[in-house]
Amino acid sequence: MAVTLAQAINQALKDAMEANDRVLMFGEDVGKLGGVFRVTDGLQDRFGEQRCFDTPLAESGIVGTAIGLAMYGYRPIAEMQFDGFTYPAFEQIVSHLAKMPNRSRGTVKLPVTIRIPYGGGIGAVEHHSESPESYWAHTAGLKVMTPGTPEDGYAMMRAAIDSDDPVIFLEPKRRYWMKSDAQLPVETEPTHRSVVRREGTDVSLFCYGPMVRTAMEAADAAADEGWSLEVVDLRSLAPLDTQGIVASVERTGRAIVVHEAASTLGMGAEIAARIQERAFYHLEAPVLRATGFDTPYPPAKLEEYWLPNVDRILDLVERSLAY
Amino acid sequence: MSEHGSDPTVAPRSGDDPRLLLPPDEPVHLLDPDGTEHPDADHPLDLRDEQLRELYRLMVVTRKVDREAINLQRQGQLGVYASCMGQEAAQVGSAYALEDDDWIFPSYRELGAALVREVDAAGLLHLYRGTWLSDHDPYAHNFGLMSIPIGTQALHATGFGMGARFDDNPIVAMTYFGDGGTSEGDPHEAMTFAGVQKAPVIFFVQNNQYAISVPLDKQTAAPTLAHKAIGYGMPGYRVDGNDVLATYAVTKRAVERARAGEGPAFIEALTYRMEAHTTSDDPTRYRTKDELDEAAKTDPIARMKNLLLARGLYDDDLEREIDEQAQSVATYVRDGIYDADHGDPMELFEHVYVDPSGHFDEQAAQLRAELDGSEGGA
Repeated sequence: MAVTLAQAINQALKDAMEANDRVLMFGEDVGKLGGVFRVTDGLQDRFGEQRCFDTPLAESGIVGTAIGLAMYGYRPIAEMQFDGFTYPAFEQIVSHLAKMPNRSRGTVKLPVTIRIPYGGGIGAVEHHSESPESYWAHTAGLKVMTPGTPEDGYAMMRAAIDSDDPVIFLEPKRRYWMKSDAQLPVETEPTHRSVVRREGTDVSLFCYGPMVRTAMEAADAAADEGWSLEVVDLRSLAPLDTQGIVASVERTGRAIVVHEAASTLGMGAEIAARIQERAFYHLEAPVLRATGFDTPYPPAKLEEYWLPNVDRILDLVERSLAY
Repeated sequence: MSEHGSDPTVAPRSGDDPRLLLPPDEPVHLLDPDGTEHPDADHPLDLRDEQLRELYRLMVVTRKVDREAINLQRQGQLGVYASCMGQEAAQVGSAYALEDDDWIFPSYRELGAALVREVDAAGLLHLYRGTWLSDHDPYAHNFGLMSIPIGTQALHATGFGMGARFDDNPIVAMTYFGDGGTSEGDPHEAMTFAGVQKAPVIFFVQNNQYAISVPLDKQTAAPTLAHKAIGYGMPGYRVDGNDVLATYAVTKRAVERARAGEGPAFIEALTYRMEAHTTSDDPTRYRTKDELDEAAKTDPIARMKNLLLARGLYDDDLEREIDEQAQSVATYVRDGIYDADHGDPMELFEHVYVDPSGHFDEQAAQLRAELDGSEGGA
């Protein structure tokens, strides 16, 4: 039976809450409604109002109380309703969640998972399509994960909840309805490792979250042109699997990073830097970036011009191969 | 069914008169500066003679260590220090009203509360020396890390209190912030959440009249800070913050109420920051010597000494004993801080993650090599 990404994450939450009664799920509208994307559907019915509850509408409050609950001994999962509404919680995440374990010299552990539906492509109104991953990946003390498949949606969510470190779990909202034949529960590779989704010999595409499918489609289209693209799903943005990235570049000699987030200081900048530091002599061409533009996320009717798509990727493939 | 039927636009009123949440006209005050007592039936004192002496002792030790910290800063041993001089009664009285299992979530000015909890004061001051960010185990004293971003720790107290409530664990979390902190968003969210969750949390505000240089009338138009509490559905208490008996009694009442499952409370303790905001501040730019002289008349320590004298609980032996103890703690702090080493720089990488797989391997190796190089005298 087919399972969607949203269902896979939902099942992971359910199984984790079943396995450990210290796991709590809370946020805005996660109770009766089951979350605006229904990712928490059924949890309150099953586990009661104390383990899955609606909070007041205040994101800093959600993260700050998650920290207090974790200090007390719970394993909180906090939902931020949308990417663009995580910013009120920025201070709690950056100044406390990320730093308190270090500040306490390891005496305080904060096993908190913050779930954030992110990215565009669903025709949403302003502030509902953002890609804030660089903020979190830039912040020492956080782990940042993002699944690109329903299998990873399940397995990485379980890993995030089991992690004794705080995890920012970015859910590619445009892929919530992406289906797979996965049998749950499923185990996948360790979360800090990237995975080669498609082997290729000409160019490596480094992607994550919502762009994994786009990159796979680009690889299909490229094959028609006679180009063999390797698709590497990074999965974890902090830490970043430098080894896996370098290994792929050593195979292909060419690299393109694909992400929705704006280009400047996006993950592509870091990945390009690591590649040139470690695989300089393997490169046949400069590392290129197929990303969103350095503009605010556009109005819904214009997002198709903004988001990286198969054509933008293939243009860069052509440029890369021309070197 | 009311006359409005089921009209959802007409909010139902809960049973209790919400005006009961408002603060009394006058702050609770049990002790005059000259030591005269004002018993209050709502705030009966259950303190034995020994405990009265203990409260006094804790305040004296706090002031002594506070002064030592300022001296250490002047001597270049601390980078900066935020004094709590003048606020000893607010901190000591409130912290003393807690049980050992209760938790405290402090800001960065809570030396007095820390000493009640027997937190190693030298360890705390490492934050200000810059040797390490903290050197106390919060779980050993139920005393959270000092929190510098204003008011942010209030949310941690609320989360902690929620956890205790979920577990039917009869403990209370108390958080400290200041008059400036009441303007921040996080205490507001913390009180909103605590109200809704009926979490056993005490929001203890030391209104020391200034947020660095900004006086209270530029901070809020609320009639008093305690009036804010009604907006969160919790009682707002007001207390003379330089009266250690009153801060103890008012806190005790709020704590017992929270422990009994009746939810959070807000306490505004009226006090005065006798020192600069921090050692980097110059208060002569924003307040007068006359104002300071006036405030000094309400000194919490002198007041408590007058009470002990009036009750016949104070003599030369006690004075000597307390002075010696204060000196000994101050010396201990000085010894712990003076020229204290920062320890192994490799510790920078040690506590960032429980599982550091994949993080900064090469950077740690780089620092290791730099250290080895400098040790080798290259």
